[in-house]
Amino acid sequence: MKRAGFSNRWLPILFLIPQLAIIFIFFYWPAAHAIRSSFYLQDPFGFGETFVGLKNYTAMFNSAAYLRSAWFTVIFTVIVTFLSLSIALLLAVKADKVIRGAKTYRTLLMWVYAVAPPVAGVIGLILFDQSWGPIKDFVALFGWDFRLGVDYFDTAFAMVTISVWKQLPVNFIFFLSGLQAIPKSVREAALIDNRSASGRFWDVTFPLLAPTGFFLLIINITYSLFDTFGVIDTVVKGEPGNNPMTLVYKVYVDGFRGNDLGGSSAQSVILMILVLALTIFQFRMVERRIHYT
Amino acid sequence: MTRLSFVSTAALVLAANTAFAETEITWWHAMGGALGETVNQIATDFNASQSDYKITPVFKGTYEETLTAGIAAFRAGEQPNIMQVYDAGAATVIGAKGATIPVQDLLTENDVAFDINNYISGVRYFYADADGKMIGMPFNSSSPIMYFNTDAMAKAGVEAPKTWEEFETVTAPALIDAGYIPLAQSHSPWIFVENFMSRHNLPFATNDNGYTGTDTQILVNNDALKMHWTNVKEWLDDGKYAWYGASWDDNQTPFEEGKVAIWLGSSGSFGGLMKKDLPFEFSATYLPYWEEVTTEPTQTFIGGASLFAMAGQPAEENKATAAFFEYLTSPEVQYMWHRETGYVPITTAAYELAKEDGHYDRFPAAEVGIQQLSLAAGENTKGYRMGFYPQIRDVMNREFGRILSNETDVEAAFTTIEAESNELLSRFAMTQN
Repeated sequence: MKRAGFSNRWLPILFLIPQLAIIFIFFYWPAAHAIRSSFYLQDPFGFGETFVGLKNYTAMFNSAAYLRSAWFTVIFTVIVTFLSLSIALLLAVKADKVIRGAKTYRTLLMWVYAVAPPVAGVIGLILFDQSWGPIKDFVALFGWDFRLGVDYFDTAFAMVTISVWKQLPVNFIFFLSGLQAIPKSVREAALIDNRSASGRFWDVTFPLLAPTGFFLLIINITYSLFDTFGVIDTVVKGEPGNNPMTLVYKVYVDGFRGNDLGGSSAQSVILMILVLALTIFQFRMVERRIHYT
Repeated sequence: MTRLSFVSTAALVLAANTAFAETEITWWHAMGGALGETVNQIATDFNASQSDYKITPVFKGTYEETLTAGIAAFRAGEQPNIMQVYDAGAATVIGAKGATIPVQDLLTENDVAFDINNYISGVRYFYADADGKMIGMPFNSSSPIMYFNTDAMAKAGVEAPKTWEEFETVTAPALIDAGYIPLAQSHSPWIFVENFMSRHNLPFATNDNGYTGTDTQILVNNDALKMHWTNVKEWLDDGKYAWYGASWDDNQTPFEEGKVAIWLGSSGSFGGLMKKDLPFEFSATYLPYWEEVTTEPTQTFIGGASLFAMAGQPAEENKATAAFFEYLTSPEVQYMWHRETGYVPITTAAYELAKEDGHYDRFPAAEVGIQQLSLAAGENTKGYRMGFYPQIRDVMNREFGRILSNETDVEAAFTTIEAESNELLSRFAMTQN
C-alpha cells in the first residue's frame, strides 16, 4: 500500500495548530487552572488566597451533602441509562417492523430530540406541578400524593422521567439505524433456524446491535452525568433545598452560586478523573470485546 | 467577554455619535420583569434630567448570576461602574477590599452631601462596615411581613395574630374551621431564621453578628429557634402550616389562589400582589413574635440588595456614579421606586414625602415594611455579615426541607446546620488572607 505523506515536515504541524490551540485554550488550560484552584481557598475577587493542600478534598469527602449527592448521581445515572436504552430499543424494534405509516411513526418518536434540556425541564414542571399538574392528578388516582420540590423521592422521580423522555429519541435513531444495518440474509437464516421471535432477537439481533449498544451506553452515561444539568436546574427552580442533585449541579451550586472556587474546583477535578476513567474503559472495551465489522 | 467588549464597543460608538462631553457609566442589576422596567425608567429619567452623564442599566439575571458575572468581569478588568449585590452576597463583596469604593467615600470625595442619619434606621447599617461607614448604597430594601386574606379572617372571626402563641391557639384553629390552610411562607432562612433572630433581638453570630471579624461562629443552634421550628413542624402535622418546597413562588401561589389565609413574604411583594387583582381583599402587618421569648419585639433586618461602586474606574466616571447615587436617593425617585415596587423608601425624607402624598391612606399595607424596619432597634438588629452565606442559606434550606419531609428531626438538623455553617465560615476566613 502506498503511504500518503507530506514532503515538508512543518506543513502538517501548521495544519494542526488551530485544532491544538483550541484544545489547549479551552481544555488543558482551564483544567490546569481547576487543578491548581483545588489546592487553594481563594477570595472570589482574586485579592487573597491560602494554600490549603488537600483540605478541599478532605472537606468534600467528609461532607454528608456531597456524599448524598454522589450517591444520588450513581443511582440516577444507572436508572436513566438503563431506562432510556431499554425503552428506546423496544420502540426501535417495534418501529422496525412497522410498514404502513412508518415515517410518521418514526418522526413522532424523533422530534423530542429537538427539545433542549431546560425546555424539557419546563414541560416536566408543568406536567408535575404541585397544584395543577396532570401527572400529579393522574397518580393521585392511585393514592400517590405527588409533591414536586417537597418530597425527595418524588422530585427524583420527576427528574428521572424527564431525563429519560428527553434522551429516548437519540437512542431510538441509533438503534433503528443499527437494526436496519443488519443484513437481510442473516435475518432470513435466523428465521429458518428459530421460530421464536424473542429467541431470534436475543441470539441474533441483540449481539449484532452490540457495537451500537455499547456506543450508546457511553453516550447515555455522559448524558446522565453531565447533560441533565438543564433538566435539574429547571426542576429545582434555582433553590436546591432538600431536592436531589447530581455532582455537576453541585459544582455549579457551590462554585457559581456560592463563589467557593476552591471547593468547587476540587469537585470538578473528581469529575475530570471520572471522565478520564470512563474514556479509558471505553477504549479498552472497544479494542478488546466489541467488533464493529 | 465577547459580549462585554461588544457592549463597550457599542457604547463607544454611541458616545462618539452623541454628545462628546457625556460620561457613560454602566449599571448591572438583577431586576427582571416589572422591576426591570422601573429600573429602566429611573435610568431614562436620570439621563433626561441632566446632560453630563449617561447611565446604561444592564439586566444580568438572578442575584447570584449578577454577582458571579460581576466577579468574573472584575477579574478580567471589565467591571461595570455599579453592581447590584444581594444581602447574602454582602460579605463576599465587602470582604474584597479594593473591589469597591465605599459609597460614603465616593459621595464625599465628589462633593455630594452625605449623612447616614438621613437613612431610615433599619436600612442604615446592613451594608456598612464595623465602624458604621456605609459601603454599599441600599437600593431595593425589603423586609419580611405578614400578608393576610381579610375575607378569610372575617369568615373565621379572627384578627391577624400579633404573637405566635395567638396564631397557634386562636387564629389557626379558627381558620381551619373556616376551611383555610392557615399559614405559608416563602423563604425559611430569611423569615424563620435571620429575621426571627432580629425580631427577638437574639445574637445571630459571634463577632457582633459577623461585622467585626472573620473568625465568626453562627449561633443558630439555640433553644428559641429550635422551639420555633419544633412548633413549625407540629403546625405542619396539624394542618396549621403548609409547605410547598424551597421555591418562593410555589409558596406564594396558594395564598393568591385563596387557599392559604396568611402568607409571610417580602414587603417588596406588595406591588406585584396589587397588580395581580386577587379575588379577595388582603392586607399586611408585622411578623408575629413569640411572647415566651421576648415581650419587647424589635425591628427586622432588610433583605433585597444594594448598589456597589466598583473600583478601578476613571475619576470622571466615579463622579458620574456619585451623581447617579445622589439622584437615586432623592426623595422623589425613592418615592417613585417605593410606589411602583413596594420596596421601602430608604431615606426619611422619601418616607415623609410618601406620607404627605397620601400613599398610605390609599394603601395602608404599603407602609408595614418601613414601619417594621423603624421599630425599636436592639444590639442584634442591624444585620449580619457572614462569608459563603449563600451556601449557609442552602444548608438551612436543605435541613429545613428534611425536617418538614420527615427525613430528620429538629435537634439533628440544627446540629448539622451549625457544624456545616461554621465549616463554611472558617473556609471563608481562609479566602480573606
